[in-house]
Amino acid sequence: MPTSLRQSPGAKVGLSIAVATGLYGISFGALSVSSGLDLWQTWALSLLLFSGGSQFAFIGVIAGGGTPIAAASAAALLGIRNAVYGMQMNVLLHPSGWRRLAAAHVTIDESLATSTGQTDPVEQKRGFWVAGVGIFVLWNLFTVLGAVAGDAIGDPKQWGLDGAAVAAFLGLLWPRLKSREAGAIAVLCALATVLAVPFVPPGIPILVAAVVAAAIGWFGYRSGPADEGMEPDIDPYPPTGSPASHTDDSGRTAAS
Amino acid sequence: MTLWFWIIVACVVGFLTKLVGYLVPRKWLTNPRVARIAGTLTIGLLASLTVANTVATGQTLALDSRLGALLAAGVALWLKAPFLAVVIVGALAAAGLRLLGFP
Repeated sequence: MPTSLRQSPGAKVGLSIAVATGLYGISFGALSVSSGLDLWQTWALSLLLFSGGSQFAFIGVIAGGGTPIAAASAAALLGIRNAVYGMQMNVLLHPSGWRRLAAAHVTIDESLATSTGQTDPVEQKRGFWVAGVGIFVLWNLFTVLGAVAGDAIGDPKQWGLDGAAVAAFLGLLWPRLKSREAGAIAVLCALATVLAVPFVPPGIPILVAAVVAAAIGWFGYRSGPADEGMEPDIDPYPPTGSPASHTDDSGRTAAS
Repeated sequence: MTLWFWIIVACVVGFLTKLVGYLVPRKWLTNPRVARIAGTLTIGLLASLTVANTVATGQTLALDSRLGALLAAGVALWLKAPFLAVVIVGALAAAGLRLLGFP
């Protein structure tokens, strides 16, 4: 027998992950306007693109002086994992009609992780919808708040907003560095980027790194776990036990 | 205007990518190669974006306060700070180093 919605573990986890993830929309909003997008363009990304990694990629390329087409390409490539998530959610939800479109739109790292962390099919559904719709509402709200705040401050460099962007990308990358191999991929792609910067227009080094990453995946697809790189930015089910001392073999502390 | 155009393109492509997962036969995306590339691309692109935003200024490489922000953010993440705190630490580090006279 499914529990009532008020006692639903899936909905409870979904709600807390919605608050945690939604809140950091404020950093996206502020960084987006400092990269040169206006409030409406910033909000359009949160409303219509709605995938944190892709949104940060878009404004990251623009902030570095890249062309809008390079920004859109980076965003599109970073969104490819959402297709894999969509397939997994389709198996669990079997949505049809308008529900299928809505489910697709809120298919992101966190809604998938919330759902697949539950075992009861009813809770998997609740977890997905509560996390997905909850994050969507809060992410958009805090994006607008961040954009208004970002517009109000003067020189973004004086406030260290370029440093904030660096920190944001490292924060998105961090939970995905669970294995030595993931670390090696990150180092190789970082190196390819640095080598490419002097020779190609801004934004293109990121696409060069994408080619390197895809080649590693294509030729070495048996060498690592199939779900590598597919971790949520905020883990709905953080590892329990010793709360401040969990490390894995790469020396990285687990996402909290 | 071109910025708006490519924003809309990114949004449409992003949505269609998600929708594809709900529409294609299951075996296409359970192909280990496809799943693996989706994962390595995610790691590689985020690593590249991190580094590009740290050391690239147009087409030149520069070591400035952003490197301090990267190190400070790394320490914050290592101490398991939540995402928003990491972003604020990065901003404080860059702003602080500039106050001290670093580029």
